[in-house]
Amino acid sequence: MPKTLPAARVAVGASLVLLFLLSLGIGVDDLSIRSAAVDSAALQLLLVSRLPRTLAAILVGAGLAIAGLVMQILVRNRFVEPTTTGTDQSAALGVLAVTILFPAASIATKTVVAASAALAGTSAFLAMAHRLPPTQPFLIPLFGLIFGGVVGAAVTFIAWQFDLLQFVDVWTKGEFSGVLRGRYEMLWLVAAAVVFAWWIADRLTIASMGRDISTGLGLNYQRIVQLGLVMIAIISALGVVVVGMIPFVGLVVPNLVSRLMGDNLRAALPWVAATGSTLVLGCDILGRIIRYPYEIPVGTVLGVVGAGLFLWILFRRTDHG
Amino acid sequence: MAERRLWFLAGAALLAACAYMGVGLRGSIWFALELRAVRLLALAQVGVAIAVSTVVFQTVTANRILTPSIMGLDALYMFGQIAMVAALGVTGFVALEPRLKFAVETAVMMALALAIFVPMLRRRYDMGLLLLAGVVMGVLFRSLASLLARVIDPNAFAVAQGASYVDFNTVRTDLVLIGLVVTLAASAIVWHKRHLLDIVALGADSAIGLGVDWTRTLAGLLLLVAALVAVSTALVGPVAFLGLLVVALAERIVGSRRHRLLLPAATLTSVVVLLGGQTILQHGLGGASTLGVVIEFVGGIVFLCMLWSVSRR
Repeated sequence: MPKTLPAARVAVGASLVLLFLLSLGIGVDDLSIRSAAVDSAALQLLLVSRLPRTLAAILVGAGLAIAGLVMQILVRNRFVEPTTTGTDQSAALGVLAVTILFPAASIATKTVVAASAALAGTSAFLAMAHRLPPTQPFLIPLFGLIFGGVVGAAVTFIAWQFDLLQFVDVWTKGEFSGVLRGRYEMLWLVAAAVVFAWWIADRLTIASMGRDISTGLGLNYQRIVQLGLVMIAIISALGVVVVGMIPFVGLVVPNLVSRLMGDNLRAALPWVAATGSTLVLGCDILGRIIRYPYEIPVGTVLGVVGAGLFLWILFRRTDHG
Repeated sequence: MAERRLWFLAGAALLAACAYMGVGLRGSIWFALELRAVRLLALAQVGVAIAVSTVVFQTVTANRILTPSIMGLDALYMFGQIAMVAALGVTGFVALEPRLKFAVETAVMMALALAIFVPMLRRRYDMGLLLLAGVVMGVLFRSLASLLARVIDPNAFAVAQGASYVDFNTVRTDLVLIGLVVTLAASAIVWHKRHLLDIVALGADSAIGLGVDWTRTLAGLLLLVAALVAVSTALVGPVAFLGLLVVALAERIVGSRRHRLLLPAATLTSVVVLLGGQTILQHGLGGASTLGVVIEFVGGIVFLCMLWSVSRR
């Protein structure tokens, strides 16, 4: 076990707590924890806006990181995640369809439809990915990125026909500024999905060795793949419906954590979730302070930070063997 | 045989141009014709720029499924544009002469493209890695551009956002002339070097064996590609898959990778697709600015199919 491990854990835990407090304190209105205790308006602000936003960032971050990790296990490739393999774009297609066909549908209905569409899109990608030659590890993520682009182009085309481009913009650009009390509660389902992932972690670890070995070890491989797919689809759909797409979290976090902790899934899983939360919350705070008092969407910040980290992982890997 | 097909393509391009000029003319005919002629010129040169730059890029990288756009070059141009706004301020940027601005942007982009791609190509990474890195770099530049746009001015991001959708309807007519100069000059150089390109297509080792100064040739050709991408991006915005689509089509039509045939074939195919597609969408489907999206959709599927067949071989 590497020596850096306890230090890294303490660092992740401490920064998450620190960012949590910072996130509650930063905003256009001044607010300190002490004033919230005496001033009812300040308390109201804290409960209606700051706390929901902070919790949403933590939940989404954990969910995206876990969804990415599970995706990487199912595809058996370190360079994929739901936003780069068409899952989120498929979810957006689902939301678009339900918006056009049943404009009055509730958020819950939209999420169910989005999750079904995400499931269909991801299954299609997975079926294609398993037929690509495993000797070329970069083909699968590339295939996924363009597949996502094609589904995204379909979304844009349909949205343009129905004059819904502005709506689509909301789902495709992740942002927490609209998250208030009453808007984010469904995200707690993400927490349930994370716990569920932890529960089936050992089976996922076996599944990561491939169909033949897992079947030999007595695992119902097909069942685990289906469970994993449903989990990814639900997390992605919730994210897309409530806050929009946030790229690269699922890609870089599992890679960074596995570098420190190896591939024991059950041990690594809570840290993947915590690191994901830290990254998303940190980027959201960054987006709030870069040009205070205006906000930069977290999706944009992560587009830069995440893409940079991803390129670093990509070239570091190949340069060091 | 191949020559006859070239003539056929030329006829189709002429037909597409006539259709673009003539279909659905109403009202003040001369005014409409003049307006359409400028746009025709702009679209045609975008077609030429995309076709030539894609052919050269594919030859340099020895890869048929690479295009400058897939490697994020047009995103790089947009990033350069926003970076200039950041350096000069919005008012300073607007006050600049558009042609001077275009020249500076193109120069910045050429320098950046050289700095990024020459080392990457010289290290001869695996094709998959190169492609993946290119796509991710495209995402990085796009995100950087929209991040910068928001940092400069909360309102300027709308401009950046508008520029990230391709729009064949509102072409930048003020840049048509300077764009034409760049496109023609770069295309002429490429045409002049067509035999050198045939040698480059053999790969680095063979080309060096035949006496080609590889690094210098590589750098020179990449500069030309960067200039052409700058023209098309400045005029209509980023078009990710058009180059891939037309070069693949042209290769099927003339049945050869010889640059003497491929360059004109790709150019003509590109003009046919752009002008014909625009005419059909504008008058047949009533949704002209969706051509970019349609190309993205069809081109993406073609790309996936090509990736599929290449990886199976």
